[in-house]
Amino acid sequence: MEALSVPAALELVAGGGAGLSPERRAALGTSLPLLQRDYRFERVWFWGCIQGVRGAYYIAEGLGPDRAAPRSRLYSLNCVDWSLLTPATKEMLALAEQVKGRFQGDPSFEYSLAEINAEAAASLIGSGKEPVMKEEARLIATIEQIDRAVGIVPRGAFVKTSLGSVHENRHFEGLSLVEAKKLSSYFHFTDPVNLKNKTLLEKADLDPSTDFLDSLEHDIPRGSWSIQLEKGGTVVVLRSLLWLGLTFYHVPMTKQFGYVYFGTGEKNLDLPFML
Amino acid sequence: EPGHGPYQPHEPGYGLDQPGYNPYEDEIPDPQARMLAVKNAKAYLLKTSTKSGLNLYDHLANILTKILDEQPTNTVDIIENISKDVKWAQFRKKMDTLREEPLIPPTFEAAEKYKALFVRQGGEEEHEGVEEEMGRPALPNVMEVAFYFEQAGIGLNKDESYYIFLALKNLIDVQPIQTCRFWGKILGLEMNYIIAEVQLREGEEEEETGEEGEGTTAEEEKETGEAGEEDEEKEAGPPKSTYKPPPPIPKEPNGTGTNKYVYFVCNEPGKPWVKLPPVTPAQIVCARKIKKFFTGWLDAPVVSFPPFPGNEANYLRAQIARISAGTHVSPTGFYQFADEEEEEEEGADTYEENPDFEPPPVAEMVESLATWAHHVKGILKQGRCVWINPVQKSEENEEEDDEEEEEEEGEEQQEERGPPLLTLISEDEGMKDIPAWTTHASTNLIPEYSVAILQSNRWPGAYAFASGGKFENIYFGWGHKYSPESYTPDLPPPAEAEFPSGPETTETVDPTVEEEMAFKIAQEEALAEAEEEEDEEGEDD
Repeated sequence: MEALSVPAALELVAGGGAGLSPERRAALGTSLPLLQRDYRFERVWFWGCIQGVRGAYYIAEGLGPDRAAPRSRLYSLNCVDWSLLTPATKEMLALAEQVKGRFQGDPSFEYSLAEINAEAAASLIGSGKEPVMKEEARLIATIEQIDRAVGIVPRGAFVKTSLGSVHENRHFEGLSLVEAKKLSSYFHFTDPVNLKNKTLLEKADLDPSTDFLDSLEHDIPRGSWSIQLEKGGTVVVLRSLLWLGLTFYHVPMTKQFGYVYFGTGEKNLDLPFML
Repeated sequence: EPGHGPYQPHEPGYGLDQPGYNPYEDEIPDPQARMLAVKNAKAYLLKTSTKSGLNLYDHLANILTKILDEQPTNTVDIIENISKDVKWAQFRKKMDTLREEPLIPPTFEAAEKYKALFVRQGGEEEHEGVEEEMGRPALPNVMEVAFYFEQAGIGLNKDESYYIFLALKNLIDVQPIQTCRFWGKILGLEMNYIIAEVQLREGEEEEETGEEGEGTTAEEEKETGEAGEEDEEKEAGPPKSTYKPPPPIPKEPNGTGTNKYVYFVCNEPGKPWVKLPPVTPAQIVCARKIKKFFTGWLDAPVVSFPPFPGNEANYLRAQIARISAGTHVSPTGFYQFADEEEEEEEGADTYEENPDFEPPPVAEMVESLATWAHHVKGILKQGRCVWINPVQKSEENEEEDDEEEEEEEGEEQQEERGPPLLTLISEDEGMKDIPAWTTHASTNLIPEYSVAILQSNRWPGAYAFASGGKFENIYFGWGHKYSPESYTPDLPPPAEAEFPSGPETTETVDPTVEEEMAFKIAQEEALAEAEEEEDEEGEDD
């Protein structure tokens, strides 16, 4: 969610019971603008909070002029001091999939890989490093996975220019109530995977400036999103069932939208049994 | 050099300084001709399009008006969008010949319902009188609890909390309630559940027990009837199976154990409250084996394996019972047993508030888990809080097949013991390396006003707070237990074993005619030989 709209947005996603204490909210209000100034971000998003067993990580993302470029991520343990995270690498992503269980809450905690994945451990020993995975790396990989899998935006909120860069659409007035209840009006805000597989007929109807991302309709498994109208029908809230804790909100016919994650940072692999 | 004076006729620039012949003057000097050209251009712009009936002149005028009114930045970048918008606005106006009814979005209906919450019910004076009689008001202070939980970042937004407050007040006005508490909110796929934990006034639950009694007697009659039939039909039809399913474990009576509280749910504050049925041990045992999302409709079926005995209302009630048993805690010493004798018995179910309770400081409550204790009895494997021996019960019901029953149920079920009431939560086991509870203080910057917060790791979403003498439990979540391993459903039971095949039951091939003839001939030969032998023997003698 946009840093400037955090107080209002937190009210809208509070239906799930998760939120921030007044202390943290106040701290965010001061530290996020400072982040924007220090790192020269054009936009700062408050991404959410991953609950560890002994502490919680608060995550913020900074965006540059091209909104679709890889984002810089920062984490903090108290919403006041932020540290930059390195971008995710493929090895990190592959290893993080193997690590199961809760986050510990301590960024220097080390998961012993020997128990989890003997091959990876062996390869790491071979290259001279210790067979461990630091919690910080797992954090980076998890945030990247969540953003790729369930980071969503409404259709029309972003436009792609002919040069390839992506900007907010200043003409976006919000989805109508009818559109807002359909899964096809929301896109994954990440590199599209399924777009090329569409038939020519379908592609002809698309508008290349706004329809350059994957929509949620074809997510596997079907039914992995729960759409609800909350607050008496004024807010559309989408909750992901694959990553429990990701909440997306949008007020129809206005420009307000955003997503935030409040959860334990674990993928819900039991989803097919639960539907 | 000689200046560029008046050009001579033979020089190339001759005559260009006369008006009308200057190469930089492209415009037609004649004003009349210019006006004509402008008129022609305007007429061209005013030409109406054959397709849409618009003309470019009006369209451009509208665009410029809009731009000058709104003055957006970087207009040249979005000029096409503005043009499209203006056209779209035109299009809509034309369709206005048929006035449509303004669409009533569902927001307005919901707002009506919320407004109803704010209307005070009639009979205010009566209620005030009732409150004076009772020692403690039945309505909990939801906003106060919400404030404390907000210090930890847990809870709904203030508007929703207030709606729930008003909805609880309505519930108390309608139902005969002794104590009431906001239990929490469970999320569902299409709708959510808001749950109130309630104790009804005594005397209000007798109707239900009457129905249950009738139900059991009907079952008894049915069973004895079947037993009678068995004796009669032993020789008539195929042998009836002597399998008797294990007797159902009776549910705990209302007011004790898992059914200590009655739960009311509604989808949104403002909608009517629905009472959840009491929970049976079979439902709890099955709920432990399945993991399904709630849809939000109480009558939805729960499709699962093992098949859940009930619909979503029963599944919801079973999960509520499990969560309450697992995560409802209070500061140690807040509740004490009424008599000392009861403390030793396993069946101690009642507790009362300790008038001499001194709340430990918040720092201590955060550091040590021994300062918290469960005040709800844990559920045994059987699905009840108090163990019951199912064999004894069944002997009372069926009097005819006593002997058979004892033979079959050779395995005696061991009596289960659970942790006694008011155990400290430091005794709770963790899963692998994750402790069962996580504590933290709401703020480290202002320790004198911080609140101790307890989070359950076994049931993510269950929270408790304590500050001074106040404490409360609440649940916000999807209603599932946390397990470090992935969920594996029960395997279907193995196929029933067939009757063991032996020589008596294997089919043999019928002998062919030749074999039969050969056998007959052999038999006759053998007979003939035997007779000859006898004759020989006879002769010998």
